[in-house]
Amino acid sequence: MQSVKWLRKNLFSDVWNSALTLFALWVIYISVPPLLDWAIFKAVWEGNGNTCREITSGACWPFVKANLGQFIYGRYPESELWRVNLTFVLGVAGLIPMLMPSAPAKKWNLIYLVVAYPLIAIVLLAGDRPGLVGVDTSLWGGLLVTLVVAVTGIVVSLPLGILLALGRRSDMPAIRMLSIAFIEFWRGVPLVTVLFMASVMLPLFLPEGVSFDNLLRCLIGVALFSSAYMAEVVRGGLQAIPRGQYEAARAVGMSYWQTMGLIILPQALRHVIPGIVNTFIGLFKDTTLVLIVGIFDLLGQVRAQLSDPNWAVPEGATTGYVFAALVFWVFCFGMSRYSVFMERRLNTDHRN
Amino acid sequence: MSDTPLMISIEHVHKWFDDFHVLKDINLTVREGERIVIAGPSGSGKSTLIRCINRLEAHQEGRIMVDGVELTDDLKRIDAVRREVGMVFQQFNLFPHMTVLENCTLAPIWVRKMPQAEAEKLAMKFLERVKIPEQAKKFPGQLSGGQQQRVAIARALCMQPKIMLFDEPTSALDPEMIKEVLDVMVELAQDGMTMVCVTHEMGFARQVANRVVFMDEGEIVEEAAPEIFFSTPKNERTKAFLAQIL
Ligand SMILES: Nc1ncnc2c1ncn2[C@@H]1O[C@H](COP(=O)(O)OP(=O)(O)O)[C@@H](O)[C@H]1O
Ligand SMILES: [Mg+2]
Repeated sequence: MQSVKWLRKNLFSDVWNSALTLFALWVIYISVPPLLDWAIFKAVWEGNGNTCREITSGACWPFVKANLGQFIYGRYPESELWRVNLTFVLGVAGLIPMLMPSAPAKKWNLIYLVVAYPLIAIVLLAGDRPGLVGVDTSLWGGLLVTLVVAVTGIVVSLPLGILLALGRRSDMPAIRMLSIAFIEFWRGVPLVTVLFMASVMLPLFLPEGVSFDNLLRCLIGVALFSSAYMAEVVRGGLQAIPRGQYEAARAVGMSYWQTMGLIILPQALRHVIPGIVNTFIGLFKDTTLVLIVGIFDLLGQVRAQLSDPNWAVPEGATTGYVFAALVFWVFCFGMSRYSVFMERRLNTDHRN
Repeated sequence: MSDTPLMISIEHVHKWFDDFHVLKDINLTVREGERIVIAGPSGSGKSTLIRCINRLEAHQEGRIMVDGVELTDDLKRIDAVRREVGMVFQQFNLFPHMTVLENCTLAPIWVRKMPQAEAEKLAMKFLERVKIPEQAKKFPGQLSGGQQQRVAIARALCMQPKIMLFDEPTSALDPEMIKEVLDVMVELAQDGMTMVCVTHEMGFARQVANRVVFMDEGEIVEEAAPEIFFSTPKNERTKAFLAQIL
């Protein structure tokens, strides 16, 4: 009885509403069953390339299964994979308590995440230290590269973006002009161009014999690029803070940095959490562009494995891309949900 | 009062906003323990004047000395003055992301470098003085306007200032809340705090002010003890203003 009432009220309250409901049901009817057939019921779950050549009614999951190692690690040497895994575990171990509002010692947690962890990760992954075999970044690939690029971009772009946003609103003309020039330069250039410049053009300007890593150059490019975007998001938040907040802080004798760090930024950043997360998500997906300068992120690695003749099968490409899309979706959806959770929490924190 | 030390001296101060002459040759001295009320029509420069006393606004000509420190562009001096001068704003300007207690302890901890426990004890003392110790754990958004303004007063007092500036502290309040804020201010005056108040609460001026200063169009038009100011104003503009608000 209850549910009939609910249906009446919400889905069939008038003609127009009923029509929309029926249309939505029809769209679900024509799209979902074929999708499920392809992905699950008529898909190939066991076997090899030959199986997939025989059965072409659905996804070729053995392709993903057989290449999962490459999708995650690229061409990272098999004997050294524990280093990647350890890096990942250490990162998650630092991230989870950071994301839980109730976990203690946020300050130390943050220091670990943005100072200690990057250093540990560099040593572990690149291994340019006695006792560890060096692993050239040209061997890195797959999800590893995707996460390295995205995490670097995220970790660098937030603080740098905040500094740029403050610089853009500074009273000091030199600092303001520099910030504006920096932000507008990076916002005006497509990321693809930035990556090309970093990878192809930059070495031409460097003196003979000086070379630095292709991946590192791209990381710098991505970080600076996303900092410019982050700066504009943060600036939007700063603009929402009334002048009275600055004045009250200055009137009790707080310095510029105390005012910003304790009064203005905590409020401004809360206002723009959706924008910040949006930038993170955009950045995460843009990491796929590193493919054009010969770095194989998850998507690039999927494409690379497709050219393997053993896996030249009809549904291989679709399956690979669906898999890549799924992985990206899981990460991006996670970020999005977390941002919703934080917004709710902060709103109930100081009801005003 | 005339024997106590000078706390504020303002000599021949001029200020312009671009080419708008907002303060014209202002002269005013405030001695320790004195209470000055500044009144005047809207836009006459009252806020600008008291904001010059803690350098939220910079003056362009003349001299302002606060507690023996001359206000210049020197940030060290500005900070020194701000530590000794508390300010209460029309719009309260509490920090909405912090509890009442955190609002009060913030400056003592960060500016005076006081240990947290001591700062909290001090904050509770002043919250009791403004009669809202029970709200310490709430956020400003959960309080009424009158309560918020009393928190703002407590926040300023926590820096243990020598001078308190009030810029129309009751103008944004509903009528029934004005009294609770004025009561706190009267008590503060009775305790001997040096106060400069921009307000149109003439009852308050009569009760606590040593002198009432009337401003119009950027000038101090009249300055007198309240009994004289209200009974026998000399200037025509003062008379017109008093006729309007009394
Ligand atoms: N930041 C500013 N820039 C330009 N003009 C201002 C500024 N602040 C105040 N004014 C102008 O200065 C005059 C005096 O303002 P104010 O001191 O706030 O007056 P009051 O407090 O007596 O109402 C007003 O005409 C106001 O418009
Ligand atoms: Mg005013």
